[in-house]
Amino acid sequence: MIRKESLLTGWKGLTQVNGRVLIVDDDLALAEMLGIVLRNEGLEVSHVADGAGALGAFRDSRPDLVLLDVMLPGLDGMEVCRRIRAESGVPIVMLTARTDTVDVVVGLESGADDYVVKPFKPQELIARIRARLRRGDEPEPERLEIGDLVIDVAGHSVKRDGTALSLTPLEFDLLVALARKPWQVFTREVLLEQVWGYRHAGDTRLVNVHVQRLRSKIEHDPEHPEIVVTVRGVGYKAGPS
Amino acid sequence: MSESARQRPGRTPTPRFSDHRAQGVRAVRTFLRRSRHKLAGWMRWLAHLWRASLQFRVVTSTMLLGLAVVLLLGSYLLSAISDGLEQDRIESAKVEAARLTLEVQGSFNNSDRTSSEGDLNLLARQAVQSAASPGGDNERYLVLTRSLDNTSNTVVQTLSSGDIGLPVVPLALRQAVRADPRRQQVTLIAITDPQSGKQVPAVIVGSQVEPPLAGNYDLYAVFPMQREQATLDLITRTFLIGGLALVFLVGAIAWVVTRQVVNPVRRAAVVAERLSSGRLNERMRARGEDDLARLAKSFNEMADSLQTQIRQLEGLSRVQQRFVSDVSHELRTPLTTIRMAADLIHDSRTGFDPAVSRSAELLHNELDRFEELLADLLEISRFDAGAAALDSDLTDLRATVARAVQSAQPIADRWGSTISVTADGRCNAEIDARRVERILRNLIVNALEHGEGRPVEIAIAVNATAAAVTVRDHGVGLRPGEGALVFNRFWRADPARARTTGGTGLGLAISLEDARLHDGWLQAWGEPGEGSCFRLTLPRHTGTPIAEAPLPLRPGDAPEPHRDAVAPLGFTEHGGPSHRVANTRHTPTAPGSPR
Repeated sequence: MIRKESLLTGWKGLTQVNGRVLIVDDDLALAEMLGIVLRNEGLEVSHVADGAGALGAFRDSRPDLVLLDVMLPGLDGMEVCRRIRAESGVPIVMLTARTDTVDVVVGLESGADDYVVKPFKPQELIARIRARLRRGDEPEPERLEIGDLVIDVAGHSVKRDGTALSLTPLEFDLLVALARKPWQVFTREVLLEQVWGYRHAGDTRLVNVHVQRLRSKIEHDPEHPEIVVTVRGVGYKAGPS
Repeated sequence: MSESARQRPGRTPTPRFSDHRAQGVRAVRTFLRRSRHKLAGWMRWLAHLWRASLQFRVVTSTMLLGLAVVLLLGSYLLSAISDGLEQDRIESAKVEAARLTLEVQGSFNNSDRTSSEGDLNLLARQAVQSAASPGGDNERYLVLTRSLDNTSNTVVQTLSSGDIGLPVVPLALRQAVRADPRRQQVTLIAITDPQSGKQVPAVIVGSQVEPPLAGNYDLYAVFPMQREQATLDLITRTFLIGGLALVFLVGAIAWVVTRQVVNPVRRAAVVAERLSSGRLNERMRARGEDDLARLAKSFNEMADSLQTQIRQLEGLSRVQQRFVSDVSHELRTPLTTIRMAADLIHDSRTGFDPAVSRSAELLHNELDRFEELLADLLEISRFDAGAAALDSDLTDLRATVARAVQSAQPIADRWGSTISVTADGRCNAEIDARRVERILRNLIVNALEHGEGRPVEIAIAVNATAAAVTVRDHGVGLRPGEGALVFNRFWRADPARARTTGGTGLGLAISLEDARLHDGWLQAWGEPGEGSCFRLTLPRHTGTPIAEAPLPLRPGDAPEPHRDAVAPLGFTEHGGPSHRVANTRHTPTAPGSPR
């Protein structure tokens, strides 16, 4: 009950976000239930039932967030995720019934920012969605330098020698979290809390996968990272600027 | 006269042809002594080969037997040939000697210069020299000497042809001539060949002559046997070479023959090893209709039938695991919908009448349990399917324990138990923190649920190879035999006991699987009224086996073990792996809470 109170206040905060969510799920009952719960939170909800139509619906509705079921008829969730990611950095949260390492990692590697395992508690889903939408708040103008990268926090851009690097919002948040406190070592749990908004222990594989994705975009040699450095047995830190 | 040859008076100097071989044997012995330590090494290697290789054994025994046969046959043949050569030489020597005796006697008889002793000596010298080797070769020597029983006053000096003197004539022979002067007396002696300086066997034939006026004189004819010796040497060499060649040939034949038998056996062994390592498609080549082909055929039939059965069992097991997994997954989506609907109803229950409101609460709570059960079932089915994978990283166990304690704190508060943790320093180990935390949470919750509100003590320790955590409670404890049962799925200690807390009955079973995935141990100790202790032991480095657990399973404050209570379980403090075996049985029993 305690949790409900605190979440309710959270939900009210979310009401102002007034985001648009696209639900891609073939289970109509679940989709309808999700719609009810999300509309209760003041979100605008649209629904598409199969993978093939997902991309078209995405282009039509221009959502702020996509809720994507992994197992879809037609085009499977991973492929849908990959195609959406190809044209947009929009936050994608996957709904999965399988928690096997391979499934989760493949899902994350196809570009999802986060995942929720069925059966999930509605509060948990709302918290995940809220964490991904909260980025709408205007940050203070801030300029960070890390390695040979220049980060403009307010402008959401990362540049190397004047050339902009294309990062998804999540990757950007991850990089900013690390770059704000260079030399400080972040455990995976701390990063989960700061970047993904998990209040309790989450799946640290989220961090691993996204650090790999981030490295593949910003490192000169992703095999020998210099900007996001692994501290064995502890976590990650930003390299020398 | 021929019978006297059999007498061979006193073959004292043993003049055998093979005399010089003894020297060779001595030389070999010295060589062996010198290289004894080297030999010891070879012997060990050979002994190993003897045990390990059937082929080597067969070849070696065949060669040894062949060698024995060749040696026996060779020495028999050699002695027969040498006897034959000897006999021939003796016979021809006797004829020759008779002729020489007659010749010498004839010279004496036909001479008229017999008046003085000087004439007589001259006559004898001429007679001997003309009779002995006219060509000066060494084919024969003559020795003329006074008989032992000659008492005549007229003395003819001892005469000899060549470099042979009276000393070569054995006394026994002279006595034999005295005893029976009418016949030839024969014996074998060894003489020094004047040309080569070597010892050569020789036939010596003794008979009597009568020079005029001088009484009886012995005439000894010596016939060296160089030629026979040479022949025998040649034959011996040939025999040796032939014998050795034969032995090696027999060895080679044995090698080839055993190869034909051993190779298929070896192939069968290789195929059997591959089969047992799981490569069920391996088969032997079966060609022809011989015994080996039959072996191969029946071997393959056996492999076929094994493969079929294994495939069937695998198939059944896969179908079952697949089914459990599919059911769990298929249940998830509707369960999510139900869950959300129930939560929505639950959140607005204040507006309902009391019965509906309470129903909403029950629905909400039972859904939690249902979800947990489903999650555990899915986890177990993943272990059964072998789909569980380890995601190890270097982790401080103290942090993992702290997180597990933190998540169990609400339950501890509800029971009024305190949880204490003791650790000495960092306890780093390569573990899958998520799984280990789950194990620890299960152990702690389990200890709280059965600890009857008394303190729960957790200890952490590491040694060179292992890290261990013990979770100790002071509750009802375990009855004899229950230490292994607690890890069974859906097992509960007392079916009559009311369920007080949730719990799927799979927690400890999953924990055991998690521990096994780490190649670790999960063991339980307990005694009625003394509480229980669960120990998780994990290798510090992936792939390095645990040598010894750093913490005892049996707590120090526990009373002395009751023989009946502990012995049948085998829960001593040392035997880790045996417990693991005992703990890994999965016997589904009646549903209920863990323990």
